[in-house]
Amino acid sequence: MNLKGSDEKHYIDKYLREDRMPHIWCPGCGLGSILHCFLSGLIKTGISMDKVVVVSGIGCTGRVAGYLKLDSFHTTHGRAIPFATGLKLANPKLKVVVFSGDGDLIAIGGNHLIHAARRNIDMTVICVNNFNYGMTGGQLGPTTPLTARTTTSPIGNYERPFNVPYLAAASGAVYVARWTSMHVRRLEQTITEGLLKRGFSFIEVISPCPTVYGRMNRQPTGLDQLRYYRENSVIRHGADPKEVDIDLNGKIVVGKFIDIERPTYSDLLDEVVQKAFEPELPKPDTSKKRATVAGSTPK
Amino acid sequence: MKYWRKALDQDKVKPSHGQVEILKDKCKGCRFCIEFCPRQVLEESTEFNRKGYHPVYAARGDDCVNCGLCELICPDFAIMVTPLEEEEVKGEKCHA
Repeated sequence: MNLKGSDEKHYIDKYLREDRMPHIWCPGCGLGSILHCFLSGLIKTGISMDKVVVVSGIGCTGRVAGYLKLDSFHTTHGRAIPFATGLKLANPKLKVVVFSGDGDLIAIGGNHLIHAARRNIDMTVICVNNFNYGMTGGQLGPTTPLTARTTTSPIGNYERPFNVPYLAAASGAVYVARWTSMHVRRLEQTITEGLLKRGFSFIEVISPCPTVYGRMNRQPTGLDQLRYYRENSVIRHGADPKEVDIDLNGKIVVGKFIDIERPTYSDLLDEVVQKAFEPELPKPDTSKKRATVAGSTPK
Repeated sequence: MKYWRKALDQDKVKPSHGQVEILKDKCKGCRFCIEFCPRQVLEESTEFNRKGYHPVYAARGDDCVNCGLCELICPDFAIMVTPLEEEEVKGEKCHA
């Protein structure tokens, strides 16, 4: 038996905290693939690794921040975007990436998501959607499709789920895309584009969760779920986000839905600040006159 | 390599070749690479790795065209594909 190889290094290992490896993600989970796509997309952008910060919330996807050997931030549940906003405002030179799950970003952090998108803060959000709360045992979440079974909806879900790209697009995101963890090449390319896009870019990645969600919905292995994605995903770039709802065992519309230009939060802030404080800036000709006006007696 | 139709520039354009390296002890046996390899290079082995899974191995390593899909889809960072120079390729493939 050949048991060599435990000491061999993967080329991507230099971006991962090896003391944390192997990761805890189940066999068949898509998070490892998505993390690899993110890293290779990031390498392709040519952005200096010192300028990148990855912020994660809580959950299976939230562990990404702990595994990456970049500046990373594992924050409280649902608050990945507020922490990322703070980082971006404090140091606008940083490239801030929020890498978190649907339970974190859409459920508890839903409010932060819509307001960050509304303000168009320059960050990239990668939302890994596995349709349930995987880490805590597969409870019903706000993205669980109608009639899907979870541990807290054993007779089928009767709550209408969020259409995540529509939510992001309606809130004001300038770049919205969706892929599954099977579309690795396209996901890699989209991550590269999203990282280079100025403004709030939102990438939804559908990921298998065989251990809890898949097992309850007749897709007991990750491979079954990837086969389902292969057979049922329809690539439709520029599709109206309104029409990209996901039904249980239905078609999954993937592609790049929105790619527009809009001034970012920092742009507007700079503009307003400049306008507000412009009169106080010293000017060679009018400074004397202005000083007398400012120093004149109050009315 | 088998082609449906003989390309006009077949003698000029040659597909690249790659070498698949598998870090056996990282493999968790999810079979993503086996399913999605476009050339069906990989297969599950009968031996066990340190974790108790059957790791994949390159059963038809000569068929690898260095597309790198297995490397990217592997959730456990267990596969590496390195491009091979033309001289390193063992034996010319059948262009029938």
